[in-house]
Amino acid sequence: MDDLYRELIIDRYQNPHYRGELDPSDISYEDDNPLCGDHIRIDIRINQDDVITEAQFSGQGCSISQASADLLIESIIGKPLKDIKALSKKDVLELLGIELGPVRLKCALLSLKVLKAGVYGLGEGEAGDDLVE
Amino acid sequence: MDNKKIRADFPIIDREIAPGVSLVYLDSAATSQKPLQVIEAMDSYYRDMNANIHRGIHVLAEESTAAYEGARQRIADFIGAAKSREIIFTRNTTEAINLVAFSWGRANLNAGDVVILTEMEHHSNLVPWQMLSAEMGVKLEFIPVGENGLLDMDEYIRLLNLKPRMVSFTYMSNVLGTITPAEEIIRLAHAAGALALVDGAQAVPHFPVDVQDLDADFMAFSSHKMCGPTGLGVLFGKEALLEAMPPFLGGGDMIKRVELRSFVPNDLPHKFEAGTPAIAEVIGLGAAVDYLTSIGMQNIAAHERELTDYALDRLEEVPGLWLFGPSADKKGGVAAFTFQGIHPHDIAQILDRDGLAIRAGHHCAMPLHTKFGIPATARASFYLYNTKQEIDRLINGLYKVKEIFG
Repeated sequence: MDDLYRELIIDRYQNPHYRGELDPSDISYEDDNPLCGDHIRIDIRINQDDVITEAQFSGQGCSISQASADLLIESIIGKPLKDIKALSKKDVLELLGIELGPVRLKCALLSLKVLKAGVYGLGEGEAGDDLVE
Repeated sequence: MDNKKIRADFPIIDREIAPGVSLVYLDSAATSQKPLQVIEAMDSYYRDMNANIHRGIHVLAEESTAAYEGARQRIADFIGAAKSREIIFTRNTTEAINLVAFSWGRANLNAGDVVILTEMEHHSNLVPWQMLSAEMGVKLEFIPVGENGLLDMDEYIRLLNLKPRMVSFTYMSNVLGTITPAEEIIRLAHAAGALALVDGAQAVPHFPVDVQDLDADFMAFSSHKMCGPTGLGVLFGKEALLEAMPPFLGGGDMIKRVELRSFVPNDLPHKFEAGTPAIAEVIGLGAAVDYLTSIGMQNIAAHERELTDYALDRLEEVPGLWLFGPSADKKGGVAAFTFQGIHPHDIAQILDRDGLAIRAGHHCAMPLHTKFGIPATARASFYLYNTKQEIDRLINGLYKVKEIFG
């Protein structure tokens, strides 16, 4: 259990590397975790080859949701958009390096859900949990 | 009140959350733990008596019916209802409020009619009225909650000039712990020509509540927050009002006679209890009110007051901790707080490692959290089985949280 609050997570929560907003952006999406009120917005810029050149996240929530967003953003910069579609729950948990129960899993996966909904071009409120299974 | 003896009645209190880590259950506002007396009453119903009620002509059915209706009578007595036919069993507080909103509301309200709620309602006393508003054009108004966690009664008196038809409000906030001046709210509602519905989910389990003293027209509460089982709620309604209301759900048991294209509804309370009810649960709630009565609701209230006073004092000592709600004399056994920018989920998770069960989130009161400009709070809540030692463990746990987050 102590692993849950590994230094990496507390550090990224308190000193995120990719917190902010991009204006203008090519892709932006935001959503909430209605269970706990966590909120994540992700802004992305891409080049003409559909490669992600810049990305930032903003929002509020627990250490798990915010640290996972920061680590996720770090992992996607420089990647082609099409790779995003293949990202899964497993990838996020590997970034965090922890196991999570069902409630906290929702916190950890909110950023991936937002990211994928943005890349798929979904409308507001259309992001479902099926995106991150 | 013998706290040690009470704790021995609750088997779960002996549970270890991890090897050597005993449980400290501070989440009774979400659901209470259950004493042996309740567990055994339900167990013995299934072992010795199980049968469907009301229509069977055999010993088991007769015994089950007597146990079910006997529990209804004791639950009526517990809240001071004049008659057991004023007690309707539902699935929970939420369904009880939906019953009033849709049965009474559809039959009695028109577009433009005003229903007054408060800003600190649980979603269960907001969403049914919002749905009715969308369906019928009923207008909703809200008694504001101040920074001090109290209702703005001056604004309430102004809102009453709108000639509301219904005032539906919580007797105790599940977040702030605020105990509302229910008697005054109801008296003023009646004077303005409105009915009053009391959400008693957080009140009935914790202090003496008498619907006749309050002069409440309706009151809703839940079994599982008062030592009873889940899956059961209670609606109290004044007999004349319930008599005049159309049925809510249709089906078996709520009818006197059925033809292919029509039916004649049954008498109270059965008119509002369609289908096989939660028989074991009703018997369990009967045992729960017997249990609470044997201890005494005054004694339970006094014990919780002492714990709440102590908890608020100790929480105030913790640097960086921000408490919500009114002072201890105006609230029940609930302490909602935020802690120096640490998300409530993280607080709850770290406390969980020490066996401390608290709740984190918006506690089904999103508009209230929005009003205070916070997404979530951490909430510790107390009941008859809690102790000051457990509150000390909470405080120690909070210092650990502080240490981890630096």
